[in-house]
Amino acid sequence: MLAAEAAQLSSGWFLENVWLIALIPIVSFALIIAFGKHLPMKGSEIGLASMFASLVLATGTAIQWIQRTNSASGGEESLGMLQAFGRSMPRATEGEVQPFIEPVVHTWVWWSNGPLEFGIGSSASGLSVLLLWLVAFISLLVQVFSLDYVRGDRRYTHFFAAITLFSGGMLVMLMAPNMVQLILGWEIMGLCSFLLIGHWWEEEANSRAALKAFFTVRVGDVGLLVGTAIIFFGANAWAVDNLDSNGFDINAIQAWALSGEANSKFLLWGAIALFIACIGKSGQFPLHTWLPDAMAGPTPVSSLLHSSTMVVAGVFLVAQLYPVFWQAFDIGQGSLTFIAVIGAITIIIAALLAFVQDDIKKVLAYSTVSQLGYMMLGLGTGAWLPAVFHIFTHAFFKCCLFLCAGSVSHSGSHHSFDMKKDMGGLRKKMPITFTAWIISTLALTGIFPFAGFWSKDEIIDNVGNNGYTFLMWVGLGGAVLTAAYMTRATYLTFFGEPRGAAAGEHNGDEHSEEHEMEHISVGAHEPRSLGAAANAHGADDHDAHDDHHASDGPHESGPLLLIPIVILAFFALFAGLANPTPLASRFGEGIESMKKYVEPSSTPVAFEDVIATGPGESIMLVDGRVSASPNAEGAAGGEEGAGHSSGCGFDAPEPGTACFFPSVTHAEPSFNKILLSLGVVAAGYAVAIAFNIAFYGRKNKHLVGLTERSKVMRGGFLFLKNKYYLDALYENVIVRAVAHPIAKGTNWFNQNVLDATVNAAGEGARRTGVWVYDNIDQRIVDGAVDGSGWIAEETGHGLQSTQSGKVSQYGALLFGAAAVGAIVLVLVNVS
Amino acid sequence: MEPLTDQNWLLSVGTFLPLVGVLVMMFIPRSEEATHKLIGIVTAGATLAVGIFTLFAFDYSKAGRLQFFVDAEWIPVINAGYTVGMDGISLPLYILSMAVTFLVMIYSWDNMPDAGNPKAFFILMLILQVGMAGTFMAQDLILFFVFFELVLLPMFFMIGVWGGEQRKYASLKFFLYTMFGSAFMLVAFIALYFQTGATSFGFQHLIEAGAGIDHNVQVWIFAGMFLGFAVKVPMFPFHTWLPDAHTQAPTQGSVILAAILLKLGTYGFVRIAIPMLPEGAVEWAPVIGILAVIGIIYGALGCLAQTDMKRLIAFSSVAHMGFVMLGISTLTTFGINAALFGMVAHGLITGMLFFVAGSVKHRYHTLEIKRLSGMLIQAPRLGWILGFAAMASLGLPGLAGFWGEFPAILSAYSPNFGLSEPLFRTLMVIAAIGTVLAAGYLLWLYQRTAFGEPSEEFSDSHGAGVAHSLSSAANDDDHAHGGIYDVTPIEWIAWTPFLVGIVVLGVYPQLLFKVFNPGVSELVARLGETLG
Repeated sequence: MLAAEAAQLSSGWFLENVWLIALIPIVSFALIIAFGKHLPMKGSEIGLASMFASLVLATGTAIQWIQRTNSASGGEESLGMLQAFGRSMPRATEGEVQPFIEPVVHTWVWWSNGPLEFGIGSSASGLSVLLLWLVAFISLLVQVFSLDYVRGDRRYTHFFAAITLFSGGMLVMLMAPNMVQLILGWEIMGLCSFLLIGHWWEEEANSRAALKAFFTVRVGDVGLLVGTAIIFFGANAWAVDNLDSNGFDINAIQAWALSGEANSKFLLWGAIALFIACIGKSGQFPLHTWLPDAMAGPTPVSSLLHSSTMVVAGVFLVAQLYPVFWQAFDIGQGSLTFIAVIGAITIIIAALLAFVQDDIKKVLAYSTVSQLGYMMLGLGTGAWLPAVFHIFTHAFFKCCLFLCAGSVSHSGSHHSFDMKKDMGGLRKKMPITFTAWIISTLALTGIFPFAGFWSKDEIIDNVGNNGYTFLMWVGLGGAVLTAAYMTRATYLTFFGEPRGAAAGEHNGDEHSEEHEMEHISVGAHEPRSLGAAANAHGADDHDAHDDHHASDGPHESGPLLLIPIVILAFFALFAGLANPTPLASRFGEGIESMKKYVEPSSTPVAFEDVIATGPGESIMLVDGRVSASPNAEGAAGGEEGAGHSSGCGFDAPEPGTACFFPSVTHAEPSFNKILLSLGVVAAGYAVAIAFNIAFYGRKNKHLVGLTERSKVMRGGFLFLKNKYYLDALYENVIVRAVAHPIAKGTNWFNQNVLDATVNAAGEGARRTGVWVYDNIDQRIVDGAVDGSGWIAEETGHGLQSTQSGKVSQYGALLFGAAAVGAIVLVLVNVS
Repeated sequence: MEPLTDQNWLLSVGTFLPLVGVLVMMFIPRSEEATHKLIGIVTAGATLAVGIFTLFAFDYSKAGRLQFFVDAEWIPVINAGYTVGMDGISLPLYILSMAVTFLVMIYSWDNMPDAGNPKAFFILMLILQVGMAGTFMAQDLILFFVFFELVLLPMFFMIGVWGGEQRKYASLKFFLYTMFGSAFMLVAFIALYFQTGATSFGFQHLIEAGAGIDHNVQVWIFAGMFLGFAVKVPMFPFHTWLPDAHTQAPTQGSVILAAILLKLGTYGFVRIAIPMLPEGAVEWAPVIGILAVIGIIYGALGCLAQTDMKRLIAFSSVAHMGFVMLGISTLTTFGINAALFGMVAHGLITGMLFFVAGSVKHRYHTLEIKRLSGMLIQAPRLGWILGFAAMASLGLPGLAGFWGEFPAILSAYSPNFGLSEPLFRTLMVIAAIGTVLAAGYLLWLYQRTAFGEPSEEFSDSHGAGVAHSLSSAANDDDHAHGGIYDVTPIEWIAWTPFLVGIVVLGVYPQLLFKVFNPGVSELVARLGETLG
């Protein structure tokens, strides 16, 4: 299958066996569950090995995808030449139309209905390959971190099993060639988040958080099911006719959405329903309330969940089905879209919430929500590439921040996450963690030249460039808030005087009220947390672990914790160079690797060149060819220059061709805009640093903030502290209403109306029987009447005694009833 | 579509073989309990072996046609024939009934209900098996009816004799209620026979003849069948016998009831009511759809209100059968395929849930959710199995439940034969919301029973349990002293096939879809022809 001719796209073993990347973790999950406890490392070795294998495969896939993309532009590709990921070869002079690179699809029959067969398998496109690699990479590092972090936990094996399956679920979803497989991966992640957030389920708070996470996401999933159904019926006929595919196939859906033949109602309702699912999964307003509670899980879980998996799933869904949203919401026309509005609201409300959190992980959780808002904002305004790029960069620095938080709690604050009570002044004790944290913070806030700068700035720039000036200012405002709340968190954690555990105090359990979940893993410190036996068990594993805390106080973490952190910090520093748009004018477009390899081209492709991606009899290897239709090239020619006017996503493609991606615009980077956003962020930093020093520095013993002195501030504080009262609405009003009065009312209706009717009917029959026996049977000697009376009497007896179910009586009753029924029927038919 | 008549002894042997065991057991004194159990299990095992042979003998490339077909005279006076055959629609249910009976019997080896008397208990289960298998193989209305009713008696006695405290009330209610429906069903059968002027009660014959009946008459006859089948399913508002029957029945009864008996109703719709009375079906479809969706929401709300674990699971059956009926009511291949899949999946999943409930009752002597807590600490494996079954039940993709639910919801988007789209789309959305409620009640149940720490009441007896959870590897056999012990070997043997089935069908649903699909496609195509 390696490309032999210049006209063909190259493929390769890795691209065609992408499915292995997801299969390996899923099989490993089963292996860990089955054998993990008997292995020397309690199953963690299987988890690590599987993630490593997935990473190797994903890297191979990425390299082959790059080769495939390069092969499209003509003969100069050199097969077998290894290229570092993200490093490109000189090619594609400016202005040349990039052909559409077909995904490599590979499916088996999974289920069928009537003549249609639906597949399961893998689809490798630029977007999915990028994220597959990312997820495998982050998962591996998180698992390495977990080795030490959750060591000695009583469910160590289960933890590794669940976290491996969790990554597997995300990988399944990323490579999904159709919507049903996407749902599969999506829900596997939901399940694993339930298991992992509720990892320490002995405490009710944790099990409630797990339930809440699953349940909230599930509410959004109604949208996923309904949206998939709508899109299926909208796209199916078109897909079957034109692409020999079906309405679940993601490529077919993309092409259908841009075909100009898609019914706008299908598109609109489908897109709205799907986006509701994304709101739930990606923690967008107003379903973001589950995310902070999800911090009840172990820190590596939070780290994985918030960087590259789970919450990114919603963003990925929008990015993957972008043509649907593009068309449904008229993104190309510069309409103010549902997606952009939700994204913008989320940026601000989540960032504000981050200011009132005392728990370092909750600050980061809201920060994630806010950053996801940026991604949605980008997608909602046509800035597809920056949004996807932000997924990429965000994963590194957010994962790093969470791991730093984990490192702090593990070695610095004695398993507490409370910044005000148990942290402070840790920069000297934990220099490496501190450095990594600072790098990641600078990346998160978008400071040049850290990773976040290249992606976030691009989002803001493109939002403005596409005509959404107000939203651009929202984005800038969000950047100020980001700088401010991260300054607060940094100050409270690493600067000032050490407090509580960070000062080496181990004053019992007082400080742990909110964080007892972390303590459970320590066991010995929490006599009330479990039965005696469990404690004994916990203590066995933890003696050494706790001793060194007691003696040393805060100290730097061990190598297993630090290595992943350092690697991530490295990426937080340099990952932005994968697509440094502002440098393109100087170094040529070639350095924008993301643009070249990840963003699908909006060039139309002839139908006959699109290989059907539905499942065939067996393995189907896709042997894609580039469309060389002159019309098509002409249609897409105006992509860069003319702005919003023509090409895929604006005009219907020529008959016989299909588009798979709308022609999005890219903002020309300008020095002024960059300066503006950097200046804004710098101002945010300056104000925040001044504030922190003024308030926290001066009164460090009491940490009296502004809120205690001003009623207005106090009100605002409470409003934020209560998460805008959304949780109160959901839990106290909606859930309680359904779970209590409504459910109880239904039950009452069931028992007292429906069931009472049945009982009354039985009792009535018995009484009738008695009456008939007394009045008719005893007086009128008539065969037929006698018979039915006798039957009725037996019915009555039946209600009094169980043992009446003899065949003869039963048969008699039955045929009596049948006789009555037959009379009714005769009457009906005669009339 | 001519039926295939090769190896036509298979079905009769498979169905009536349990009677041999019954005959043998009759002559063995009641006191030899172990012998009775052994004979019962061996008989059921042999029956299942015949079933598995049937699976291999079945020609899957012709799954849409009747196979192993027999058409013999039976009661010539009323033109009732011994007509049996099996196509892809009935085969999985037929095998499921055999497997479930076998596994339930294994479970009974050391889990006899309190009333004892294994002789009677095992004989009843074998007779029940004859009735269930017979219902799925019958291709003649009278034969179908006989088998359909034959099922009632053993179940009646199982609930009435081996049941809980209110067993008499529950068993009688179950019996009378079902019979009430059956009466109407029988009338409908007879009316159908006379209306078509048919010369036989054979299904094929009536399907060809039934389409000619006048529209209004079809609607009336369908009404009769609807009552009979809807009570059995059970559909809202005819479901009230179900929670009582399930709650009071012994574990074995609950499992068989959930796994097989409820399917007799839905099977009747697919096999008899809809193909024979296409116009009636189209008229009734909206009613069925609406009642199905009411059942989904109503059942879910009912679950949320329950304080008893077993009763909660029983109510969840109402909700799940709602999805099955919703699929059927769309009259599409999607919907009916989903419904059939849902029937098998529900059988495995809810059967498993009832097994767990039975074992919980056995250990804690209560099923009150309030009193149960921390099952994962005291009996971790049992807790995990409950969690697994709950996840399957709420329709997690990758497990069997999803494939009954999702395509059923999907199918409601575009119902067949001019059924009202706005109505069915509304139903679709409501049904999708039902999946959220399902997650709600199942996870809430799980959170309350499995998570947390064991309640004081049972913490005395949890020494063994904790030892289990911690020493994990060293399992087993210390349950003899009667505390809260984990899953026993017998339970593992009985449950593993359920668990494996749930996973295998969930991961590779095509296994079942490819068996159902030809028959269903043909059924829907024929409906299309008849309805023009």
